[in-house]
Amino acid sequence: MSNAIRHPEMKGVLAGLSGGDELRRHSLGVQAIDHVLGGGLAAGRLHEMFADEAQDEASAMSFAVMLALLVSSREGSQPALLWLREETAQRRGGLYGPGLADLGLDPARLVLGVLPDVKSLLRAGLDAVRCAALDAVILELSGNPPLLDLTASRRLMLAAERSGVTPLLLRMGAAQARASAAQTRWQVASASSVPLEADAPGQPVLRLSLLRQRGGAAGFNWTVEWNRDAGCFRPAALPRARVPLSGGGPVPLVGESDSAGAGWRIAV
Amino acid sequence: MALADARARLPQLQAVPHDPDAEQHWLERLADLADRFTPMVMTDPPDGLVLDITGCTHLFGGERALARDAMRLMHTQGMRVRAARTTTPEAALALARLGEAGRTPSVDTEEAAIRRLPLLALRAGNDALAAMRRAGFACIGDLADLPRAPLVARFGSESVTMLDRLLGRADSRITPRRLPAPIRAERRFAEPIARVDSIVAVIGELLAEACARLAERHQGGRRFAVRLYRSDGAMRDLAVETGQPLRAPEPVVRLFAERIESLADPIDPGFGFDIVRLAVPVVEALDMAQDALDGGQARSDDLAALLDRLAVRMGAQRFRRLVPQDTHMPERAMRLVPVAAKPRAMAGWDATPAGEPPLRPLVLLDPPERISVIAQVPDGPPRHFQWRGSVHRIVRQEGPKRIAPEWWRRAEGHDADPGLTRDYYRVEDMAGCRFWLFRRGLYERETDAPHWYVHGLFA
Repeated sequence: MSNAIRHPEMKGVLAGLSGGDELRRHSLGVQAIDHVLGGGLAAGRLHEMFADEAQDEASAMSFAVMLALLVSSREGSQPALLWLREETAQRRGGLYGPGLADLGLDPARLVLGVLPDVKSLLRAGLDAVRCAALDAVILELSGNPPLLDLTASRRLMLAAERSGVTPLLLRMGAAQARASAAQTRWQVASASSVPLEADAPGQPVLRLSLLRQRGGAAGFNWTVEWNRDAGCFRPAALPRARVPLSGGGPVPLVGESDSAGAGWRIAV
Repeated sequence: MALADARARLPQLQAVPHDPDAEQHWLERLADLADRFTPMVMTDPPDGLVLDITGCTHLFGGERALARDAMRLMHTQGMRVRAARTTTPEAALALARLGEAGRTPSVDTEEAAIRRLPLLALRAGNDALAAMRRAGFACIGDLADLPRAPLVARFGSESVTMLDRLLGRADSRITPRRLPAPIRAERRFAEPIARVDSIVAVIGELLAEACARLAERHQGGRRFAVRLYRSDGAMRDLAVETGQPLRAPEPVVRLFAERIESLADPIDPGFGFDIVRLAVPVVEALDMAQDALDGGQARSDDLAALLDRLAVRMGAQRFRRLVPQDTHMPERAMRLVPVAAKPRAMAGWDATPAGEPPLRPLVLLDPPERISVIAQVPDGPPRHFQWRGSVHRIVRQEGPKRIAPEWWRRAEGHDADPGLTRDYYRVEDMAGCRFWLFRRGLYERETDAPHWYVHGLFA
């Protein structure tokens, strides 16, 4: 569904021509979510995400990385993603390059900005969103800073519409949702993964709640698994579902013994 | 003699690859150092320096003292030097290279020393040298007093010119190194200016001049410095650095406007500035850039301009790139490098094989946080742990992955205490949060009470 335009000036021209109605939508890979979002995640719009609890902060950060991967083009070795953090956040837990590579993002495409306070972070973020050469800008804020109000988010939204860059606002530290001009608002929590052999933790699984969507339905929950190789999500197996050890094969009916051989395990 | 033969005769011989560019570069640096004695310095590759000290000797206490100082300077750079002081540069080079070692001739004995020089000092071709030898000449003195015309006929005019120059009968000058003049521009005002926008406009004009000169030299500026002189004598400096060499005035004017805005204490013009000077201290080669067909060049320029702007406003150290390091220790596997630094060719990030979940965490805690863990001794996997006040029950885990300390980095190597081994576990708790834990030290083999730490958080 997505017809991503690569050239930065063409992005701006198209956005201006159609007055912002021509949205590029990137499919998340899960049919149900795409349907609710009206085709997929809209690039060039502001999206906000919250961590459910303090222990889910890493999940929220990885959700931001995953969305950034969805909206960014694959080619090129120039940096296309800017992550702005506060100094306190970087000191508490730094971003780890190999971890980003394991999620599918080449760390050479990331520029990390560590800023002393919220004001400089918002200013830098606004400047960055205006630069059409980037694909996405992640602004990571902690708590409920008074500077992040409706005006600030509206400014980000307008700049994003004009330039085609997707700002992702990551709210950590028990933040509370307030009035904002974001296109979608998500709440992210970590969920049990589908284990691999020998009961090892499997692919990252997140529980997403769509709290709010501008001009669309909201209030849905999904549990999704990130597929690094395809660069998109897929529906996570439900607890106690039967998941084939080797891909393929029919699901055995209730009561049927699976002595036929294809091994099955029960997802915990 | 081949290198193998030489090594056979002298086993402790060390062989170093010949690097003529590095040697030339080093010679130029030594010439820069010799600049303190005289502005007229010439390099004579591969290993010669000629200093014209006419008129400079009184500043150093005489010729001999100057020569001693120069030798001492070269000794401090680790060089072994042979020097000579004569009236012509060719004679000085010849005496230094071919004369008797350890004796610097004075003016009286100079002529005698030159006459004792071998024929190599003439720098003639092999044919001319062979012809001179066949004719029975062995040193410069043999040729010195002969009539010139037959010599020119037999050995060529260059040898004879060189002979005259060696003996001091023909004058010659050296061509000193001239460094390119630094790019500077200046404006003086009869009426001092005080308003910020006039200052920025003046800076724009100065930049236009400087950029025209940069264009002539096919260079771009990396650092631009402006000095404002107040009418009462106080000075104010502003400097701007860019990530890529720039030749266009507009982006640099914008950067200067940003810099003025973001100054901690605003420019206090007092009664006004009456001189504004611009200099470009750091330049780099910059050729005309061709735009790629798909606008790729324009795109990277936009990004570079954005990073420059942000660096000027907030500090260049705040924006970093992630650079991989080749090491086993996880906390050293990555380094943050400022964006403006030149990227060196680096190894890539090693990729996890397809189908595997992330094996390394997204967030790395630095330093790792100590936790209390219930695990089976001696090396059982963790079952419960307590971190930041909350208890986590581990439902799934993978491990251990053993990372031994890097004994090769220690001075005593493997003999001394190598440090504690780490056993890493990738765990998931009841709520679905995934952690990277490690036990530090093997039970009973390395330590009695190994501690557990949480090092990172997964998605």
